[in-house]
Amino acid sequence: MTRKILGLAALSAVLMSGTAFAQTTVKIGVLSDMSSLYSDIGGPGSVAAAKLAIADFTAKNKDIKVELIGGDHQNKPDVGSQIANQWYDVDKVDAIVDTPNSGVALAVNEITRSKNKTFLVSGAASSDLTGAKCSPNTIHWTYDTWNLANGTGKALVKTGGDTWFFLTADYAFGHALERDTGAVVEANGGKVLGKVRHPLNTNDFSSFLLQAQSSKAKVIGLANAGGDTINSIKQAAEFGIVKGGQSLAGLLVFASDVAALGLPTAQGLVLTETWYWDLNDDNRAFTKRWQQERPGKFPTMVQAGVYSAVTHYLKAVAELKSAADGKAVIAKMKAMPTDDPLFGKGEIRADGRKIHPAYLLEVKKPEESKYPGDFYKVRATIPAAEAFRPLADGKCPLVSG
Amino acid sequence: MERVLDPIATSADRPKARAEVVAFVVMVAALIVAPFFLYPLFLMQALCFALFACAFNLLIGYVGLLSFGHALYFGWASYLAAHAAKIWGLPPELAILTGAATAAVLGVMAGSLAIRRQGIYFAMITLALAQMMYFVALQVPFTGGEDGIQAVPRGFMFGFLDLSNQMTMYAVVLVIFLAGFLFIHRIINSPFGEVLKAIRENETRAVSLGYKTDRYKLAAFVLSATLAGVAGGTKAIVFQLASLTDVHWAMSGEVVLMTLVGGLGTVFGPVVGAFVIIAMQNYLSAFDQWVFVIQGVIFVVCVLLFRRGIVGEFAHLLRIKL
Amino acid sequence: MFEIFGIPSQALFGQLLIGLINGSFYALLSLGLAVIFGMLNIINFTHGAQYMLGAFCAFFLLQYAGLGYWTALIVAPLAVGIFGMIIERLFLQWLYKLDHLYGLLLTFGLGLIIEGVFRNYFGSSGLPYRVPESLQGGQNLGFMFLPNYRAWVIVFSLFVCLATWFLIERTRLGAYLRAATENPTLVRAFGINVPRMITLTYGFGVGLAALAGVMAAPIYNVSPQMGADLIIVVFAVVVIGGMGSIMGAIVTGFGLGVVEGLTKVFFPEASNTVIFIIMAIVLLVRPAGLFGRGA
Repeated sequence: MTRKILGLAALSAVLMSGTAFAQTTVKIGVLSDMSSLYSDIGGPGSVAAAKLAIADFTAKNKDIKVELIGGDHQNKPDVGSQIANQWYDVDKVDAIVDTPNSGVALAVNEITRSKNKTFLVSGAASSDLTGAKCSPNTIHWTYDTWNLANGTGKALVKTGGDTWFFLTADYAFGHALERDTGAVVEANGGKVLGKVRHPLNTNDFSSFLLQAQSSKAKVIGLANAGGDTINSIKQAAEFGIVKGGQSLAGLLVFASDVAALGLPTAQGLVLTETWYWDLNDDNRAFTKRWQQERPGKFPTMVQAGVYSAVTHYLKAVAELKSAADGKAVIAKMKAMPTDDPLFGKGEIRADGRKIHPAYLLEVKKPEESKYPGDFYKVRATIPAAEAFRPLADGKCPLVSG
Repeated sequence: MERVLDPIATSADRPKARAEVVAFVVMVAALIVAPFFLYPLFLMQALCFALFACAFNLLIGYVGLLSFGHALYFGWASYLAAHAAKIWGLPPELAILTGAATAAVLGVMAGSLAIRRQGIYFAMITLALAQMMYFVALQVPFTGGEDGIQAVPRGFMFGFLDLSNQMTMYAVVLVIFLAGFLFIHRIINSPFGEVLKAIRENETRAVSLGYKTDRYKLAAFVLSATLAGVAGGTKAIVFQLASLTDVHWAMSGEVVLMTLVGGLGTVFGPVVGAFVIIAMQNYLSAFDQWVFVIQGVIFVVCVLLFRRGIVGEFAHLLRIKL
Repeated sequence: MFEIFGIPSQALFGQLLIGLINGSFYALLSLGLAVIFGMLNIINFTHGAQYMLGAFCAFFLLQYAGLGYWTALIVAPLAVGIFGMIIERLFLQWLYKLDHLYGLLLTFGLGLIIEGVFRNYFGSSGLPYRVPESLQGGQNLGFMFLPNYRAWVIVFSLFVCLATWFLIERTRLGAYLRAATENPTLVRAFGINVPRMITLTYGFGVGLAALAGVMAAPIYNVSPQMGADLIIVVFAVVVIGGMGSIMGAIVTGFGLGVVEGLTKVFFPEASNTVIFIIMAIVLLVRPAGLFGRGA
């Protein structure tokens, strides 16, 4: 039913080259949040990244024809699953990519499995996608909750931040983030002094921040996301928490959140990402091209992940000369080593987890930032082997069976 | 205080009632052929919402009570139905009944509080109670927070109807909808319904006639909530998903909109309204981001120029009762 | 230092103060609703959107005109208030003769439109707005660190609330207003232009919402949805207080802020449901509301 094909005019245009030679046709749908909470993290920027990936790939492989559509799931699992059903049943989409919001991603994960298509997750965070809910039709590309919690938690404990207090969004996702990070902190010799659970979409964090402040913990871990993270960081600055010597650790913060906060407020925040636009020349070159579609913005790791995932997907489809069998495509993707300009060389594990390094970043002080988008300094690089949850710990049925 | 709607035809004399029968036959015929032309999932969604809107209309259209928190019953019923089907392993018919029972219990609790105040206060109280239960849904573990309850099995209705077949599912939804629709129609035209209308027209007079109006209002409220629960439970089975969307205040707003567009206090209005709004959401693809704005504009236009709604205007034009 | 229910008294005082700050927003918003309801008999569902407009107005003034917080504190309520008066003339005035519920539906629709438009143009991640230079920093009160800005919010909103109460309950203009709610025909007979008075009242109520929005901008996230959920809580506040009295709205607003603040300490899980629970209890015990004059 839902013909939620985006109003972005150019989108539905067939991106192809050399029609006469076209043998294999692939249809990719970018299912993302186009208008609300996560639209700056994925959204139209993910569509732009997918377009670049398709353009780069078809320039070299003229016998493949790729169509791209976009859809807005509005952060609602029901809307997302309706679009996914419609795309697979009626619009003959072969693969869905991006899909920030774990709830929607888990729904699409199930639908993709039952219809034997392909699902390439970049935007969603839940590590369940490669754990209990892992699927032979899904690859989780860019990052996950375990990856972020582990990166930030471990690094901070090792650099002296050994006592923690959590500010946790009171629902499943926040609890998982708090639990994962707490485990990492304790495994590395740190201590969790306490936690307070705040309702989702809270306006006022002052009372929770006061509790965090009086705990005297060295690190305040923000186990929340989106507007809650932004509000808690903003109000922490107001109550002089960072100035008072405590540091804030964002467990799910994106470059676009930092932009929304502004450096004066966000400075000193420590976070983990797997990709940063200003890390090397390849990334900067990509950013320049991407900005032709999204002037004034900076790509997030999620959007870069979409580029990388689509590239690898098309490689596998070109090898197989067909995108019809989702399981076969995924198996091919797992068999081939990954290599692209943004994430370099890597691999995809049996549980569907794409493996690459992660970076521990710190938000710069305003005076250190030299040009727009100059957000972070790199505090540490987490090697690919340590960046993600060990295969055995995920309890993915694909692995054990 | 003026009535919510000037009734189009209070006296249901015979020839006018015939229009209703004709309209009903047309509706049933259309719904039977529809799945051969339209995407069945879309139709099922529209039918669930149509039943939801009819249940809502029972309150606003016939008792004059504007509940601004009907998502409470719809959404919580879908959670419980999904939970019953997935975790307790109940067959779909019992899962839907579990949902309806949940809605009934919530309806008794919210209703007995809300009917203590009238008019605008009633609307605000229902909204506030629904918002409270939205927060509860967000926090209690079994609802799965933002993820919702996913991968709900459709199962076998009465043990032998395989609902994973799209057409079988559609037939079941259609039967549920028609049963609900006829039940509401029966209520409206019963002596009980007449008392409700009397309360809508003039509550003080109804009281002075010796009716315990609070009891009638509560009974209508609970009936409405329960039917909304049937709709919510059915939706959970159809879409194999129960999520926060269905308990959010935006959903309460949507059902008000459907009923308003179709025609408050008309029998067929909510059905037409639900189809119009759901079709709009699904087929106006290019305006995705503008859904809320468009809904807002429709609210404003309906309230200012079009208070009878589609069916109401139509009936007014033809001088029939629909 | 002593403890109360296992919570250090210091922390408790801090939380009380913070509750008072949040109460200021409830008070300002429910006051606006009460003023509008008193005169127009309409529950202004657009109130949340108008609060949001106030915050955005402050943001625009800073971004495009370089005008800071203090200017915004005056300009934004005026601008949004005028916008409200236009709405009243264009839409609301046609509804006074109809059932009140139509006013609710219309303003709900207007709220959807305003919020939707802002969401499309400004996304949802929110926009930064800094605490004004002169109010940065804070005081160490011994039991807590009180940011200067928060102190200002309490003082100023209390002032605005009391000024409004004085205006309506103690001045000649207010007397006309109150009379016009009771008996518009009679007041018109005195040669007073009642429709204009209605328009001005609506503008004033909306202006109060916008003022709350400007005051919220430096502490909360300036985003299109900032008012949507808040307004439902304020509805509950209004039901608890009963819309009959101006003072009632003010006292309930501040009071519930404090109660909510304490809940955040003792039972944080319930902190966003506590106001609704109180509403349910009040309805059972005193259906007309704490300060209501009968249903």
